[in-house]
Amino acid sequence: MVTLILRKKTYEVRAGMTLRSALEKIGVLPESVLALREGEIIPDDEILREGETIRLIAVISGG
Amino acid sequence: MMRCRKCGGRAVINMRQHKLALCKEHFLEWIPEQTERFIQKYRMFTREDKILVAVSGGKDSLSLWDILSRLGYQADGLYIALGIEGENGYSAESRRLVESFAKARNLSLHIVDIPAEYGYSVPDLAALARRGRDKPCSVCGLVKRHEMNRIARDFGYTVLATGHNLDDEAAVLFSNTLHWAGEYLMRQSPVLEESPGLARKVKPLFRFYEREMAAYALMRGIEYIYEECPYAEGATTIYYKELLNALEHEKPGAKLSFYLSFLKAKQEGLFAQKTEDIVATLHPCPRCGQPTSAPDLCSFCRLMDKAKQAAESA
Repeated sequence: MVTLILRKKTYEVRAGMTLRSALEKIGVLPESVLALREGEIIPDDEILREGETIRLIAVISGG
Repeated sequence: MMRCRKCGGRAVINMRQHKLALCKEHFLEWIPEQTERFIQKYRMFTREDKILVAVSGGKDSLSLWDILSRLGYQADGLYIALGIEGENGYSAESRRLVESFAKARNLSLHIVDIPAEYGYSVPDLAALARRGRDKPCSVCGLVKRHEMNRIARDFGYTVLATGHNLDDEAAVLFSNTLHWAGEYLMRQSPVLEESPGLARKVKPLFRFYEREMAAYALMRGIEYIYEECPYAEGATTIYYKELLNALEHEKPGAKLSFYLSFLKAKQEGLFAQKTEDIVATLHPCPRCGQPTSAPDLCSFCRLMDKAKQAAESA
């Protein structure tokens, strides 16, 4: 499994899918986040690997 | 694997609205190059101008300050301490980040501390003046605008730059259109020319998506405040941004086109000119000297009076 963390929420998806598919699966718009693997931004077509944790950064702010 | 259009290396960001994927190195070059192009295209300012950049500690304003100084513009910062606490000490943390950003780059920073200067924090001012129910956002906007204009005037800055991005502008346009807010639609622009007592206002990042600005800050290693202002929770602007992103998801480029088509329509005369009438009725506030359309004191000075009276009678 792959763990995705967005603010205080944690999601789990199957390994082997693209980041874009994973985001669609958990109901997060790819336009509203950036995904970090070990601190580096990864693109939408990146394949997620077994056992890894991806940190999602919300890019929308108010004001 | 997605490849960088410039070098063929591994791309880290794909901007579907431009059909453009770039690697980290070329993305970090592309953002300042494009900013320079927009500064020229919209005649925002030149290298002779003295620019005041309003910085909040967020990704957009700090990135803007970074980009303008890299491009060789004379850009000083202005941080306004609002006295907002929240769970993580919002104002204290954002101030720390701005000060450390300026220090590390040897940039010049003005700090206005609202509670120290005026005796009340922004949430206290809103509560005392009974404005905005439980949210001080409109008072916050009023105070920030007043202080930005004041510092620009007192220190002789010719240009006031803010870090508004395309998502900010598209969300405001969406709101103004839903309400057919004619006067706001007339005034919404990436450049507002200077007028007596007011510096020119510009938004050099207005064509970048919010996601691109967050990516720029992260890739450049800019430490910014990630936590939201505690009063932003549930803000209508955030809801509109989400709606526009849902549209963007299905139709890449929809946000950009919505805003740019509006600017074009305005340029082609879709809206009747009323601005001159409004400007003609402005006069200097008898207390602070800033232009106002109110018959006597400006809204800022009236807010301060109301807060003082409420505090004295409490």
